[in-house]
Amino acid sequence: MERERPGPGDRPAALIVGAGIAGIQAALDIADAGFPVYLIEREPSIGGRMAQLDKTFPTLDCSSCILTPKMVDADQHPNITLMTYADVDSVERDGDIFHVRVRKKPRYVDPDICKGCGDCAEACRMKDRIPSAFDEGIANRSAIYVPFPQAVPLVYTIDPDTCLYLTRGVCGRTFKCKDACPADAIDFEQEEEFVDLDVRAIIVATGFDLIDPETQPEYGYGVYPQVMTAIEFERLSDASGPTKGEVFVPEVDRRGNTVVGDRKPEDVVFIKCVGSRDPHTGVPYCSRVCCMYTAKHAHLIREKVPDANITVFYMDVRAFGKGYEEFYDRVRHERVTYRRGQPSEVYRRGDRLVVLAEDTTLCRSPGREPIEVEADLVILATAVVPRGDVAQVAAALGIDRSPDGFFQEADLKLRPVDTNVDNIFVAGCCQSPKDIPDTVAQAKAAASSALRALVQAREAVPAAGGPAERW
Amino acid sequence: MEQEPRIGVYICHCGVNIAATVEVEEVAAAAADLPGVVVSRDYTYMCSDPGQALIKEDIRAYGLNRVVVASCSPRMHEPTFRAASEQAGVNPYQVEMANIREQCSWVHKDKRQATEKANLLVASAVAKAVHLEALGDREVDVTPGALVIGGGIAGMAAALDVADTGLQAYLVEKADHLGGRVADLNRTFPTLESVSELLPPLIERVQNHPNITVFLNSEVAQVNGYVGNFEVSVTGAADGEAGELEEGTIKVGSIVVATGYDVFDPDRLPEFGYSDYPNVITSLEMEERLMEGDLTVNGRTPERVAFIQCVGSRDKQLGNPHCSRVCCMYTAKQSRLVREMLPDAEVTVFYIDVRTFGKGGEEFYDDARSKGVRYRRGNVSEIYRKPGEPERVILVAEDTLLGQPIDFEADLVVLAVGMEARESTSKISQLLKLPRSADGFFLEAHPKLRPVDTAMAGVFLAGCCQGPKDIPDTVAQAKAAASSALIPLIRGSVPVESATAVVSEELCAGCGMCVEVCPYEAPALDQLWRVSRINPVLCEGCGACAATCPSSAIRMQHFTAEQVLAQVDALISS
Amino acid sequence: MALKTARMTEELELFGCIQCGKCTGGCPVARKTTLNIRDLIYHMMVDSDMDLDTHAELWDCTACFTCVERCPKDVQPAELIIALRGELVEGGRIPETIGTALMSIFRQGNPSSMARQDRDLWAEGMEASLEQAKQAAQDGCDLLYFVGCIPAYDNRVQPVARALMRVFESAGLDVGALGTDETCCGNEVRRMGEVGLFEMLVEENGEMLRNVGADQIVTTSPHCFNTFKNEYGLPDTEILHYTQLLAHLLEEGDLTFGGSLASEEGEKKVVTYHDPCFLGKQNQVYDEPRAIIKAIPGVELVEMDRSRERSLCCEGGGGRMWVEGTNLEERIAFQRVQEAADTGADILAVACPFCLLTLEDAVKVQGLDEQLRVMDIMELVDQVLEEDVPDASDQE
Repeated sequence: MERERPGPGDRPAALIVGAGIAGIQAALDIADAGFPVYLIEREPSIGGRMAQLDKTFPTLDCSSCILTPKMVDADQHPNITLMTYADVDSVERDGDIFHVRVRKKPRYVDPDICKGCGDCAEACRMKDRIPSAFDEGIANRSAIYVPFPQAVPLVYTIDPDTCLYLTRGVCGRTFKCKDACPADAIDFEQEEEFVDLDVRAIIVATGFDLIDPETQPEYGYGVYPQVMTAIEFERLSDASGPTKGEVFVPEVDRRGNTVVGDRKPEDVVFIKCVGSRDPHTGVPYCSRVCCMYTAKHAHLIREKVPDANITVFYMDVRAFGKGYEEFYDRVRHERVTYRRGQPSEVYRRGDRLVVLAEDTTLCRSPGREPIEVEADLVILATAVVPRGDVAQVAAALGIDRSPDGFFQEADLKLRPVDTNVDNIFVAGCCQSPKDIPDTVAQAKAAASSALRALVQAREAVPAAGGPAERW
Repeated sequence: MEQEPRIGVYICHCGVNIAATVEVEEVAAAAADLPGVVVSRDYTYMCSDPGQALIKEDIRAYGLNRVVVASCSPRMHEPTFRAASEQAGVNPYQVEMANIREQCSWVHKDKRQATEKANLLVASAVAKAVHLEALGDREVDVTPGALVIGGGIAGMAAALDVADTGLQAYLVEKADHLGGRVADLNRTFPTLESVSELLPPLIERVQNHPNITVFLNSEVAQVNGYVGNFEVSVTGAADGEAGELEEGTIKVGSIVVATGYDVFDPDRLPEFGYSDYPNVITSLEMEERLMEGDLTVNGRTPERVAFIQCVGSRDKQLGNPHCSRVCCMYTAKQSRLVREMLPDAEVTVFYIDVRTFGKGGEEFYDDARSKGVRYRRGNVSEIYRKPGEPERVILVAEDTLLGQPIDFEADLVVLAVGMEARESTSKISQLLKLPRSADGFFLEAHPKLRPVDTAMAGVFLAGCCQGPKDIPDTVAQAKAAASSALIPLIRGSVPVESATAVVSEELCAGCGMCVEVCPYEAPALDQLWRVSRINPVLCEGCGACAATCPSSAIRMQHFTAEQVLAQVDALISS
Repeated sequence: MALKTARMTEELELFGCIQCGKCTGGCPVARKTTLNIRDLIYHMMVDSDMDLDTHAELWDCTACFTCVERCPKDVQPAELIIALRGELVEGGRIPETIGTALMSIFRQGNPSSMARQDRDLWAEGMEASLEQAKQAAQDGCDLLYFVGCIPAYDNRVQPVARALMRVFESAGLDVGALGTDETCCGNEVRRMGEVGLFEMLVEENGEMLRNVGADQIVTTSPHCFNTFKNEYGLPDTEILHYTQLLAHLLEEGDLTFGGSLASEEGEKKVVTYHDPCFLGKQNQVYDEPRAIIKAIPGVELVEMDRSRERSLCCEGGGGRMWVEGTNLEERIAFQRVQEAADTGADILAVACPFCLLTLEDAVKVQGLDEQLRVMDIMELVDQVLEEDVPDASDQE
């Protein structure tokens, strides 16, 4: 439910586009300083990518455990107005003020009534038939859904692309969801709504996508069920995910669908730099987080499957941050074998896979031969890429993009969160790939920049302090 | 406790999270019989709007003066229920929660036992609620100003952000100039922008900013006070241009620590012969030469230049297991610049991994190689002088990709020395009670979610004093620290924990044991009256003093002995 | 002979290795043989079996432990070689000469196939002193002198032991000796992989040494020094190499030198010093030997370039005294003595019996014996020692 907020009144406000950890952190900082913030999120829930993660490197904190309190803080903060399942329709600049038109997409569910009980999803005719984007297709959902159980706000949403009524105009004699709902919260008459906001500063925190692994067909993604991406593995590993954290080798069922099997892997191979560092088929830049999350995944496999053979192929191991090298040491000591060499292809031998690579540090006189490592699970670290709609967002806001496609910062060194447009700032992975600590720091940096604009605009109106934020 | 307790109890289903394991209706019914309970209900989602409405309506209808909610962890929704209760007129500190989710339904499978445990937890919470007292929310005023310790790029960026909002920033720098380590650099990666173009405008902006007062040749000598109200004494010369110190004390609301790093001393790896051979230099010395445009060594132009990575980093034996983060990039930068200056020279980089991870980093590495820098994988073991040709040295290494040991000749060798925690910061560390991580750098409050905060409220970190990083990440972090520092300054006040310890002066014997045991230095002995007084702003409510006091003179508000013992009684008597 | 790698890899924690190559990079024999310790570690990690018969180069390692000293991830690469040698020893697949040496240690307490009862013969001309020392050991002495097998039996090295005895007497020390009870310390035994024999020696020698109850043990050889100090577990005894003892005596003024090594015209003898691996690199004793040399009148100390931490192994350790290795032609010792000669030194001073023998041999083979003489520091000291002990009759 989205509650009534005290209006901003005369107080200058900020707008944040994207409510992943970057957007949430920036919102909290600005709100704590006493200014109203509109936090816009395209998905039905805030939380972004971090909500999809199991544990985070290098401390192995559970991602949800550290994220959900911030999500709740954002939801509860008297100075933050959450607008979920909404996007920015247009932005017009008028001197120091941005006139922003926000489009609230119809959920077909009344957020003030819905209690999040879930009876509708149980009753839906499409139950368990729609691949869940949050679970990266590993699990299915209904046409009426919340992306994950800890969603904020906890309000169900009807997916207009898969709901039978919304796509075909019919859902039997009665709407199963409406019938099941004890609060009568479902409203198919709901329409999109436009909200006009005047703000002084905008922070863009729209996050990232991952490259389609089929751009590197030599690894067999989509062909062999046992090849999965790292984010898919993340969902598998998550204790609140589709398999409750058990790692099983995917298989193909009788209907030809890839399903999560029930057999644990014996030989796991990780392939990094799938798409990254590759100007020809992928992207030339480094995706920065994959070396560390691969080490983390190797650790998780070791925890869950103690006798598995685990191999990580690499070109370099970029464990550069605080505690990262030490984490890499720890993972190797857990009997994870690091082999230097970028695999060339994955092919099938019987019902197993074979990873073909040259091990560049293997010294076998007289000559070196490529090696073949058998695997029953191959995990690809796919490149971090800008979101699909980054061009539209850039156009709507008038901000530039770098050659690599991400949003362009005004100066990489001295103005890392500014853009070419005054008082529009960027934070997080939409500017370039980065891990959570660097994302949070950049989000706070953007907040700092936004505060300058807000304080300057405040003039005679004093900043209102709200009830204490937990420190 | 003046009033007769009138308690409302609310058992949450949390959807199926609790209800699937705990018989919530049963628990609600059992709670109704507990002493002091006026109304007891169960509901699917207590934190939802309708759930909160239930509480508010009951408060009005039944004249409740205490609320107990049995649901998830208080870390999730204590503020929610406190706020809801307050809206209907109940003091937020007279709301108690029983965690029957994380501590019950989520960890047990047997329904019977889980339900019984939930009953006990609720009874315990109710027993405490009987004794809960109304406490006020406290806010302290904040001195509108920030202190930044360190005038390098981190300190300057933080100071500018504070100053640009109109607030006062005081920048204390030990040296006689601003700019820190960046001032010693030639060009910066990955753009190859010259420091002489990048830094002076920044320094000028800082020095000319009406809201920034710079103290050069100065150090922080003493820090007193607490968040919002720090009193800092600074010793050393005050820069006459920038301002004067009144009695040497600055009053500020926030402090940002930006004290930078030390460079690894290559003499700790004597096998590289740094002190023996003039043609073995550090990367910083190379920066100087590149600035001067003079790479001659031993009177000749070098024909073979070698760079060695990871000197003093990633080395457990040395006690520096950490990666210094910037060396792969700066080596790519220097090696490529050397190729440009000496097109005929053979330039080789010896590496273990190449960590060019930042925006534009990989492309920069590609560029260096395309300009003819050769990368050879092998951690160099030692350097010795070439017999018969003393101006040359030989690098003893294995090229791990060839699988062969090599004796590599070079005229000039550059050691990519790493970053270490600054030794001179042990003083600041003590003054501000800043803990350090295992690698020696300052420890942030939480590695992910609070990368610039410290355990000390009101004190923040920026730049390499927290860990090695490049300029973009330093500036971002400095701005992040500014944001944290600005929040209390802009708000004008800072909330302070209400559940703090209080000393009964009649009972206090003046023994001082509470002072010794407190991690936050909240109690202090009043020398005149020989009693301990606890600063409610510094007190974090940990209870150590109350437990230690031999005279039972200290009362831990919101966790009094009465309250806790009532809880214990409820747990064991059922 | 196939070895299943998993257990050893885990026990030795080889997964800590990041394949940086610093070990092989600094390995003195890697340049002249196929021994590549980094590669061996890697094979242990990635192959499930290793055929030890195809790795004759395992016997080339000199146990200089440069790799151990330098590994940034604390992996201790040389311990892998020792462990693999252990497998070969258990399988009976060792070079014959090593087998002979080990058997001799087992039977006669020394590797040289000499009779145990001949162990005292080094004291020729000083028999009374030795008897006195043996009695002192029985009665309980402050300082126990552990002679060592090579100094006891090899007549090139015996003068070193005698010189040391003279120093003890000159300084008036209460020194004891074990006589023919003295048995090989086992430092090389462990490094050759004979774990069982080594453990036996540690137990028996350890007991014997503890029974003597001396506060200090001083050794001629850095090898004995190394194993007593680091591997025997004698926490109540201070283990010293003779250079440490002498440097201390000089500092305290308990030892003085008279005379001079300079020529009649006053030309000083130029001396350069070779740091033995087991004294320098492995135990960081660099300054004491130099202090002694500098204290000798008429001597000028020059340093080789590769000194101290970078001293080039003489190739005598790790069992190499008893096995030729896979490359006979290029000897590191040749390179070393050439470097010494290039400093212009008259004397190449050493402090280790193995270095003394290997370097002296190299000097001869390289035809440098006209310009360079290899001598133990004790032999230099002996020439300037002020003797006031009545019953010592000199030989040198």
